[in-house]
Amino acid sequence: MEYKDYYKIMGVHRDATQDDIKRAYRKLARKYHPDVSKEADAETRFKELGEAYEVLKDPEKRVAYDRLGSNWRAGQEFRPPPDWGHGFEFHGGGFTEADASQFSDFFESLFGRGFAHGGGRPWQETSAHGQDVYAKVYIEIEDAYHGASRALTLKSTVLGADGRPQVKDRTLNVRIPKGVRQGQYIRLTGQGDPGFGNGKQGDLYLEIEFQHHPYYHVEGKNVYIDLPIAPWEAILGATVKTPTPTGIVELKIPAGSVSGGKLRLKGRGIPAKPDGDFYVVLKVSLPPADTDATRAVYQEMARITRFNPRASLGV
Amino acid sequence: MRMKNELLPLMSGDILEEDLELTLADLCRVCHMPAEQVFELIEEGIIEPKGDNRAVWRFQGTSVRRVRCAVQLRRDLGVNWAGAALALELLDELYVLRMRLRRFEH
Repeated sequence: MEYKDYYKIMGVHRDATQDDIKRAYRKLARKYHPDVSKEADAETRFKELGEAYEVLKDPEKRVAYDRLGSNWRAGQEFRPPPDWGHGFEFHGGGFTEADASQFSDFFESLFGRGFAHGGGRPWQETSAHGQDVYAKVYIEIEDAYHGASRALTLKSTVLGADGRPQVKDRTLNVRIPKGVRQGQYIRLTGQGDPGFGNGKQGDLYLEIEFQHHPYYHVEGKNVYIDLPIAPWEAILGATVKTPTPTGIVELKIPAGSVSGGKLRLKGRGIPAKPDGDFYVVLKVSLPPADTDATRAVYQEMARITRFNPRASLGV
Repeated sequence: MRMKNELLPLMSGDILEEDLELTLADLCRVCHMPAEQVFELIEEGIIEPKGDNRAVWRFQGTSVRRVRCAVQLRRDLGVNWAGAALALELLDELYVLRMRLRRFEH
């Protein structure tokens, strides 16, 4: 397994005070909290941070960790020393408030089983409610219109033959119902982690996240597209085709339309009660003047229109 | 892999949306939370039940997400319920703005 440099993860010196560590934790927790952060790797960073803080905030664990010495480098191959755990009394040892299954093998080897005698969570003795499991599911916008199914592989904590919790992969085939929206939860009762003893199985929560689409954008249950049109289509009006998540439709562009103008296709957004709408945002696209003939048309327009696009700026 | 997945039973769940209504008991069970704590969340306006008294209270399905978020913010950032309520409100606003911004950034 790999050595973890908890000081580096928290961005503090090895001689930092407990107050420094707490301050560093709070600051980084606000930055990487998965509910707050928009950084792509926030979830991983937050888990690492939680693990580092779990060790460094507890003076007993910190002393033990410091005893490994400062010559280790993050990512270096690591085995706990054979005498590890002797001479320490871990009162709040093992896993305290944080979720044990989220921590690394490195943490587990140092503070997990070795220190169970010091007061770690007594898994074997109690019956405990299985943990609820949360996972993100990425779907296409079109899936929200039609429904879909997804095979998901989840890590669950189960009780091994030796009576110790183990992390196992579990694959589920889940129906994504029609009408789901970005950020919504789907709850599957009893599909979380199994409970221990007589404890009930936890629930599974799937958070819906739409894949980035090359031309659709979603706001709530409304869907938007930027539709390029030619200047003469905007000025003279036209019937043009536009893609929508339910197929190509013909759209009438009124004469005198402008760039940024919005046309609404009622009820063609994400299905709901009532259905969302589909908005076409017009973007006037200029034809290139790449031949003498097209250049001549632009020159002619410049001559006869006397158009000043900056008139409203007073210049 | 594909073959294997097709053999698995297809499971369905509930969307925790506005239309899904939860009783106080449902919410307590789903969020693993005593009713007293739910009252605190209501007091801070983190969740809002419909109905005149506790016996007929109904919570929207989206409350589950708000409760979970508030609990995590309180646990991880050391804020109180009022702080979590403020954060949730700002996060809601930020979410809408980020979605809108995505429309203008390609």
